[in-house]
Amino acid sequence: MSKKPTAPRPGFVLEVDRQTPPILFHHGEGFRMEKLPIGRTRVIYAPEPLRGLEDPDSAIVDALKNPIEDDPLPSLLKPGMKLTIAFDDVSLPLPPMQRPDVRQRIIEAVLDMAAEAGVDDVHLIAALALHRRMTEAELRHALGDRIYESFAPDGQLYNHDAEDPDGMVILGETKHGESVQMNKRAAESDLVIYVNINIVSMDGGWKSTATGLSGYKGVSAHHNVHTMEQSKSFMDQKKSELHKSNWRQGEVIKEHGPRIFQIETTINTNTFGETGPMSVLQKREWEWSMKDRASFTAMNTGLKAMSSANRRKVFHSWKAPYDITSVQAGEVEAVHKKTTEMVYKQHLVPVEGQTDVMTMGLPYLTPYNVNSIMNPILVMVQGLGYFFNLYKGKPLVREGGVLIMSHPTPWEFHPVHHPSYIDFFEQVLADTTNPAEIEKKYEKQFAEDEWYRHLYRTSYAYHGVHPFYMWYWGSHAMKHLGQVIIVGGDPKAVRRLGFKPATTLQDALEMAEDVVGPQPTITHYHNPPILMADVT
Amino acid sequence: MIASSLAGKRIAITGATGFLGTALVERLMRSVPECHIVLLIRPGKRSTVTQRARREIFRNDAFDRLVETHGKEGFFAMVDERVTIIEGDVGTDGLNLDDEGREVLASCDVVIHSAATVSFDAALSTAVEVNLLGPTRVVETLQDLGASPHMIAVSTCYVAGNQRGTANEELLTDSPFHIDVDWRSEVKAARRLRSDFDAESRSTDRLAEFGKRAQYEIGAAGTPLLAAKTETLRQRWVSEQLVEAGRARAASLGWPDAYAYTKALGERALAESKGNIDVSIVRPSIIESAWAEPNPGWIKGFRMAEPIIISYARGLLKEFPGVPEGIVDVIPVDMVVAALVGVASQGHAGDGSIDVTQVASGTRNPLHYRDLVKMVGGWFQEHPLYDEKGQPISAPEWSFPGRGAVERQLNRVHKQLDTADKVMKRLPLRGKQARLNAHIESQKEVVETAIGYVKIYGAYAECEALYGVENLIEMHESFTKDEQTTFCCDPGVVDWETYVTKIHLPTVVDHARAKTTSRRTDPDARTKRLRKRVLAPERQLAAFDLENTLISSNVVFSYSWLATRNLGTADRVKFAANLLREGPSLLALDNRDRTDFLRHFYRRYEGASVEELDRLGSELLADHILTKAFPAALRRVRAHRQLGHRTLLITGALDVVVKPLKPLFDDIICAEMTQRDGRYTGELTHVPPTGEVRARELQDYAATHDLDLSEAVAYADSSSDLPLLDAVGFPVAVNPETRLTSMALKRGWLIEYWAKSEGRSDRTLPLGPLPSLRRSRK
Repeated sequence: MSKKPTAPRPGFVLEVDRQTPPILFHHGEGFRMEKLPIGRTRVIYAPEPLRGLEDPDSAIVDALKNPIEDDPLPSLLKPGMKLTIAFDDVSLPLPPMQRPDVRQRIIEAVLDMAAEAGVDDVHLIAALALHRRMTEAELRHALGDRIYESFAPDGQLYNHDAEDPDGMVILGETKHGESVQMNKRAAESDLVIYVNINIVSMDGGWKSTATGLSGYKGVSAHHNVHTMEQSKSFMDQKKSELHKSNWRQGEVIKEHGPRIFQIETTINTNTFGETGPMSVLQKREWEWSMKDRASFTAMNTGLKAMSSANRRKVFHSWKAPYDITSVQAGEVEAVHKKTTEMVYKQHLVPVEGQTDVMTMGLPYLTPYNVNSIMNPILVMVQGLGYFFNLYKGKPLVREGGVLIMSHPTPWEFHPVHHPSYIDFFEQVLADTTNPAEIEKKYEKQFAEDEWYRHLYRTSYAYHGVHPFYMWYWGSHAMKHLGQVIIVGGDPKAVRRLGFKPATTLQDALEMAEDVVGPQPTITHYHNPPILMADVT
Repeated sequence: MIASSLAGKRIAITGATGFLGTALVERLMRSVPECHIVLLIRPGKRSTVTQRARREIFRNDAFDRLVETHGKEGFFAMVDERVTIIEGDVGTDGLNLDDEGREVLASCDVVIHSAATVSFDAALSTAVEVNLLGPTRVVETLQDLGASPHMIAVSTCYVAGNQRGTANEELLTDSPFHIDVDWRSEVKAARRLRSDFDAESRSTDRLAEFGKRAQYEIGAAGTPLLAAKTETLRQRWVSEQLVEAGRARAASLGWPDAYAYTKALGERALAESKGNIDVSIVRPSIIESAWAEPNPGWIKGFRMAEPIIISYARGLLKEFPGVPEGIVDVIPVDMVVAALVGVASQGHAGDGSIDVTQVASGTRNPLHYRDLVKMVGGWFQEHPLYDEKGQPISAPEWSFPGRGAVERQLNRVHKQLDTADKVMKRLPLRGKQARLNAHIESQKEVVETAIGYVKIYGAYAECEALYGVENLIEMHESFTKDEQTTFCCDPGVVDWETYVTKIHLPTVVDHARAKTTSRRTDPDARTKRLRKRVLAPERQLAAFDLENTLISSNVVFSYSWLATRNLGTADRVKFAANLLREGPSLLALDNRDRTDFLRHFYRRYEGASVEELDRLGSELLADHILTKAFPAALRRVRAHRQLGHRTLLITGALDVVVKPLKPLFDDIICAEMTQRDGRYTGELTHVPPTGEVRARELQDYAATHDLDLSEAVAYADSSSDLPLLDAVGFPVAVNPETRLTSMALKRGWLIEYWAKSEGRSDRTLPLGPLPSLRRSRK
């Protein structure tokens, strides 16, 4: 029955003509099918998922035993040593992967080797920087119940706490004067093993340790408006100021910090599965079979009948059947080079020339609302922070162009996860949407707020400063774009973001013409599954 | 001739702070430059007579013309030179004068007595003391002083009562329809009635009734506030009985209301007690805004017709009784003033008689009710009032039904609203829903006001007497040509169309501050203004209630969360069922007395492990408190802190429950349980801070930290928090329930509607999450 082609097809740019069926737009916890203008519209499709490793577990062991530009892991493990295993938090991958999570596979392999070497002082730390703490259920999902139950009760498995006054150290300063801060336990360890999942090209490398195990002082060195505006884009390592800053901090870690053994993994874009109810979402519309159409219609009808809370529940319970495409371990920079190659191989789609108007359908998930609510600020960061920046070379949309995104953008916030977001939205954005002004006027106040600090440390809240970073994330796009329009969003929330609301895509395209002129060129970014435009 | 005949004369005036009195003072100062004016004024509760005179008389816009001519300083210099103010009260025998006051009064050549209780729904006893006995007290004091000035008493045309046909300028005793009533026994009866009603109001049954009513109105607000409310209700009841009694007595004798009745008897008492003093009586009809002097349309205060006109234009008064061909006897205030000055300048014949001058328009220049209604209706069609949304209001069309029909209709509506109000008050509503009740309540008040107007003024609108004005016209004709302009008192010159549409209505609308443009005013302007005051840097303390103010939860919910946290599914079902069964009785206890409720409820914690509860505390924060919290409330606490205000949480909730909120506040005052061997006993260490205890705790706290409560802000949600809210200078009602909503609206408090975060996961029952799912892989 399987009509699967022998090799995954590369990404593809479709010119919309009379034959083109309506195109799928993600729209939060739902979808829209949009007919795009003929003759001047392109649709960019992601490459098909790469083939996964046949036997990931032996690939892991192999990577640990034969690392790149480093000694084999078993040779680094000694009895009596202090070992810290840090791992990426709940923000990766997106959506979360089916059990067993790759972190569990790797850490189980590492722990086996450590046990064999007689290492007993092992701490496992969720390297969440200023993200919210992971819940028990989330830790169990990422690491497996066996690891959780062996380490958590004795306090050897825990969340990084960047605001613990006794738990952080300053390792030094880069030549640019950037502070390098690190979790004290990690800094004092004989070896830090970092377990990463690379989903987009800005993940991993020195960012894992320099940011993941850092605190406000270290992170604010590059999470600021200046750096973000100079990162064009932060997904393009050569042109990312963010990347450079993290690498400078890496230099300091190399010199003054613990020895780092980096393990990076890449996964393919098999987000919705090749079979099953969601599989239609990663197919190209004109290839939808009758069955695909029927299941899509059924899904859409079902979703519309649900309450928004239930819809959210359905989407957030989706676990992706990703395959692991590569595992590499060893020296940070050498490892990351290989990882980046793999990521580019999966994501890059060559595109010729920029466009006047860029359209995108935003899905229900960002790194910051796993098991949570995608509030309006996260809608902004999804579109202007992530999707806009998924380019290499130059932005897909020309300077002064228009970005049209589709998302319901409800005025809703998760009270436990995003308390400072609520205040940022109600208080800061009501005053100004200018990133530089926001940074100057409000950042310190939120970053040092006792209450947010309390909630970050004891509850499950993002750090008080986090919404600011989200806003800075979008600053490059805000500067570049002539206008941002959200289709189908709550008009009040959309206006608060400083964007224009539109009821239909048709309306939005007409509004865009006021900015870029009549008959503009349009490019639709068919994401997810994730793709990255290589614009020439 | 007028100015010269009054030159050098000393003219005493009572009631100068009133509408007519102020106009009279102004005219004398402007048009009779050489007279001296003596004002007899009652001291205010918190102000001296000089302050009162300045504020209530000389700052009035009536004096704008004089200020314009003489400059502000020049004008006040003139006041100092030409006006003497003495302290006195016509409601007391001997007028309560001091020696200096007696001397000044004794030196006067003319006394114009215009002090009266003009309120048409005055309590009988008050009307009797002021209107009936006032003139007599003045002449008796003058006799006592051995003075014999010309006394001019201001009365009213309506002393003639509800008769049809002509009422002449003659003493009532000379009228053929005269009813012989002994005014002295009327005074005695009124006083007796007052003490009877007072005695009845103190009977056990009545007091119980007032107590119940107070509880109904303000809820479980604690003993001191309930006591104060009960006493207010008692006094109000006595006064209401006296108003009703006055209306009944007046009607029984053929007068439209207690005002006309007491004025009529006042005239008679004056005639009997005047002795050798020359007395003139001036009887105006319904005094309305000025025709020409000091300015066309000048008016002071909200007078008889204005509330009716505005209610009509707002579409609230759908019908008003009246005889279409009947005459509305309105007289511009400047004509009454001119008549008074005229009578004063003419002097008295000195023959012991009492001369009567009526100042009315009905016979000379009648204004028919139908025409008036048409003019008013037409004017508002062209100049509609607007509602808050900027929509023009179309004024209703009156069909002149009888008074009974209108009253019946209004009473029916009132009854419906009253039932709705009672039902709403019983429902546990809060926030914006509670506002609906406040709306019903205000609708009810509107109807009540309308019923009041119909009752009080309906009689006047249906009055078909014609008031003769021969004396008035004769006097007017005796004036020189110039004086006929300056002191015009001939109602014949009034063009009603001009008067109603060009002069009176614009003034009335202006005075009522009614909305006359479609420009939408910011509906939140008031809230914003109040919020700014609450968040002013000079505030010192912000006290917060917890339940329904910061979080949408209560002690039962948090208990239930804690208690079920470690239970399995079956036990949880049992627990929930038990709690639900107990719900109604717990709620009833809470409504009666919060302290008893808390004591009773906290017994449940007996035996709970201190350590365990402490551990669950932070979990409670994430799972229960934050999910139920109002983000805007938490933001407000922090806003106060940022402004340097001290922040205080003051709640009857338990310390274990509120502990996670500690970083938000400088201090927390809450209930605490005693412990034994690491377990809670279920007993409280002290009286929990609820009701008046909370106010007391707040006072103590403020004293300890040297904070000024008049600079403090308090946030609370229910009428049981009234003592706390009353204790501070800036009370804020948060998502208030029905009673507190209407109270806050009336008292002009800031009301905040704070909502839980949208998109939170809402559990129907406040149960803790299940113990973690130990799903083993394998």
